[in-house]
Formats: sequence, C-alpha cells, structure tokens
Amino acid sequence: MEKALINKNEGSNWRELKNKLFFGLVIVLSGITIMPILLIVYKLLSKGLRQINLDFFFKVAPDTLQAMSAVQSGEIIPGGIANGITGTLLMVAVASLIAIPVSILIGIFLYENPGKKYASLIRNLTDILQGVPSVVLGLIAYFWIVKGVTNGFSALAGSVALSIMMLPLIIRSTEETMKMIPVSIKEAGAALGVPYHRIIFKIMIPSGFSGLMTGILLSISRVLGETAPLMLTTLGNRAINFNITKPTSAVPLQIWEFYNNPNMIDLVWSSSLFLVGFVLTLNIIAKRISTKYS
Amino acid sequence: MKSEKITKLVLVIASVVILLIFAGMAYSMIKGAIPAFKEFGLFRFILSTEWDPTEGKESYGAMPFIAGTVITSLLALIICFPLAFSTSLFIAEYFRKTKIATVLSTLVDLLAGVPSIVYGLWGFYTLRPLIAELGYAGQGYGIFTSGLILAIMIIPYATSISNEIISMVPNELKEAAYSLGATRMEVIFSVILPNARSGLVAGYILALGRALGETMAVTMLIGNANIIPKGLFSPGNTMASVIANQFGEADGIKLSALIAIGLLLFAVTAIVNFIGKIIIRKYA
Repeated sequence: MEKALINKNEGSNWRELKNKLFFGLVIVLSGITIMPILLIVYKLLSKGLRQINLDFFFKVAPDTLQAMSAVQSGEIIPGGIANGITGTLLMVAVASLIAIPVSILIGIFLYENPGKKYASLIRNLTDILQGVPSVVLGLIAYFWIVKGVTNGFSALAGSVALSIMMLPLIIRSTEETMKMIPVSIKEAGAALGVPYHRIIFKIMIPSGFSGLMTGILLSISRVLGETAPLMLTTLGNRAINFNITKPTSAVPLQIWEFYNNPNMIDLVWSSSLFLVGFVLTLNIIAKRISTKYS
Repeated sequence: MKSEKITKLVLVIASVVILLIFAGMAYSMIKGAIPAFKEFGLFRFILSTEWDPTEGKESYGAMPFIAGTVITSLLALIICFPLAFSTSLFIAEYFRKTKIATVLSTLVDLLAGVPSIVYGLWGFYTLRPLIAELGYAGQGYGIFTSGLILAIMIIPYATSISNEIISMVPNELKEAAYSLGATRMEVIFSVILPNARSGLVAGYILALGRALGETMAVTMLIGNANIIPKGLFSPGNTMASVIANQFGEADGIKLSALIAIGLLLFAVTAIVNFIGKIIIRKYA
C-alpha cells in the first residue's frame, strides 16, 4: 500500500516536471520568436538615424561620386530620397484610386449575395488573388501596361501591379465590415422607401466607415514596401517625376539601388528606417481605428 | 425599382473585374510562356536542370528553381513551426488575455509589416555573417540562410491563425481534462492539439503559400546559382528570385522562359492557397 503510493507520487512528480519543462520551452521559443523584430528595429535605428535630416526628405539621391567623396572624408552622404518618396506617394495614390472604389463595390456585392454560386466563385478567386506572389503581378503589369499602354517602364504600370495586390484585401475587409452592420439599420432605410443605391452610400458605407478605413490603410501599408513588382514595371528615376507614363523611383527601389552600390551603404539604412517607420505607423493607425470603433 | 436594378447591375459589373483580371492574367502569361514551352517542350522545360544563356546554344529548364523554391519553403516551415506554435500557446493558452500576451502578439504582428527588402538587408548584414562563421557556407549565402529568413517572415501568418484556432477550443473540454488531474502540457497535447489540428494545418499551409512567392529577401541571400542545390548550405535560386534577378537583362526565349517560370509559380501558389482556404472553411 505504502509502496504503491510512493510510486504514484514519483509518477506525478515526473509529469509535473515535464509540464514545467514544456512551459519553459514555450517561454524560450516565444522569446526567440520576438528577437528578430527587436534586432531589426535596433539595427535600423542605430545605423539609419545618423543620415536622417531635412535634406533626406527634400533632396534627390546623390550620384556615386558625391557619395564616395563624402564617405571618404567621413561626412554623412549628401542628398536624400525625395525622388523615391514622391514616386511612392504617386504610385500608391494612383493604385488607391484604381483599387478602392471597385473593391468596395465588389465587397458589397459579395455581402449581398452570400449563398450564390457566382458570388462564391468570385470569393474564391479573390482568395487566390491574395496569395499570388507580388513578383508575378509585376510580370502581369509589365505585359499589360509597360508593353501594352505606356510603351516603356512607367509609374502607371507599378500602380496597376500594386492595385491588384490591394484589391483582395479591401474586398474581404469590406465584406467582413458589412456583415457587422446590424441588418435592422438597412431595413429601416428600406422601409422608409430609400432607394438601394442611397442605402449603400448613406447607410452602409458611413456606418462601416471605420472598418473600410482599416482595410484600406492595411492594404496601403502592405504595398508600400513592395519592391519586386516595381523592379519589373517602373524601373526607377534619378529625378522627381509626377508623370505617370514615365519611369519613376520609389523608396523600396532606392533601397535596392543603394544596396547594390557600395558607396551608398549608409543611405540604405536610413531609407529602410524611413520605410519601416512609415509602414508600421500606418499599421498602428489602422489598428487604432479598428479597436476604437468596434 | 429601376434604380435598384441599376445599382445591382453596377455591383455585378464590379465583380466581373475579378474575372477579367484572372482571364487577363492567364491569357498574358500563357501567351508569354508559349515560345519557351514550344522550344523545349512543356515537360522537358519543367524537368530540365539546365539553365544556359550562352548565345547559340541557349537551353532553359525550370527544375533548379522549382527545387530551390520547394526546399527553402519547406525548410522555412520546419523552422517556423516550433517557434510559431510556442508563441501561439503563449498568447492563446498560457497567458491568454493578459497584457504580456498583447505585447507579444503586437510584436509578432510587426513582423508582418516589415518589407521583404528590409528582411533581405538585415539578413545580408546580420544573419549571413553569422552563418558564414559556422564555416559550412563560405560567405553565408545559400538555402539555409534563405530558409531562415523565410521562416521569420512567415511566423506572423502562422501565429495569427494558430492563435485564433487555439483560442476557439471550448473551455469545457479543457476543464474536463483538468478535473481528471491532467497537467497543462497534457491538456495541450491531448485536448487542444487534436481539436485544433486541421485549423493549424491550414494555417501552416497558408504560411507555406507566403514562403513560396517571397522574392526580395531570398534574392539577396540565396546566392543566385542556377543549379539544383546540393545541400543545406549550397547556393541556389528560387522561381521568384530568378525572375527578379534576370528579368532586367532578358529578352527573346529567355524572357519567355522566365514568364513560364512565373506561370508555374502562379499555379503552385494558387493550388497551395486554395487547399489551405478549403481546410479553414471546413473548420470554421
């Protein structure tokens, strides 16, 4: 009797120990998981902060010679990434103009036809579109716009690639947002004889505004850092350019150029810091909006 | 009444945009890929391991890149699994709804916001020298380095789905197991895992879909050798990275071969994502 009890205790001790060891393992592995983001942010801050000044935002990228002589005399590299910032803003703005209206309409369409076969086909295709690698979308935009419309690398081609990336994100977030709006509000409008398009514009979109905004901001923050599709479509530009049919620079494209040029290495970190800061700020704003209103 | 019909029509027309995009994508890519398929034959193109741009005897095959993509992505998945699963247990089980769980999940979410090219930079300047010091990989380029950076990049996708699935496991089931004297670890392995299995699998399949198509970070770390990787530390190339790398100087049959690789990549990621979504939808 006594012996059996002791055995049982030993067994449960071992189980307790295993339990504790596993808990320890979970803590350690979770710690390892968050290391990279901390290390990346640290690296960007420690290497990139030095180069960030007013010129960084308002001057275009220096040429190799300027950068080389600055590095040799131990100064910070002159110039900045104004051509990239303006290019990124231009392309994201055009992409948003293309993607936002159409994807909100598609999202409402999916919400209005939940069970229909055609709608579920569209929903599945949207899901697949979300998984298409961005470099493939770059190829597509190359065919459609670079070869077909602008006869050369252009900001428009980049915008089209980015807008196809934004579509599925906004469509799905629109559909999810619409599902959260109480049906009674819609029905109240319909009972008063409000026409259908006014129900959409005056009731559904305004009451789901924060959800739509979150989806839009997240989709913008997704495409801001895209490099591969822009390499195939917009090429880059040394000067500030607002003509959407001409080659244009973008911040991620500039990072790629600086990376490939040993003299510009210092600029790599500051432009990356700027890009990550920009993307993460948008992300945080989007999450704030969604938690504030839901 | 009439305006309602018009509005509905507008919505349907908007939805046709998705069909048009797909039809246009398929048309353009197949049209662009046909010269390569004709020149080398569809199956020979897929299976050939040769990538020789020498003029006059050009020969292009996709196998080195298919192999590179599959190996780096699977490696990423293997590295990602223990990390993402532990993090999900931390967030959705051990420290559920506490402040520290919120902090952790915010940090993991931030990983999803870092652009691919910044991962590439960090990998190049921080990870690559560390791996070079191990002594297996020369300068530190190769399959392992790429797999490692991919693993970090897909962690947020894997954890966010795992978190949801794990927190969906009914409390009654867990409490029943505790009341029988089960330890927390036993609850995790005999209650949570069996209940969440298919959802977790779907989450990792979707994360795999991400890894297959990642371009910039891999391009900067894999070493860009157009060969079937010979080992874990061998250089290679993936389908996405070879497009990014060689598109600029490509024309004629080489351009067509790159587009054909893009088409294959599109097909593979579409299938993988579709399987993942189907499992998730069945589960929900």
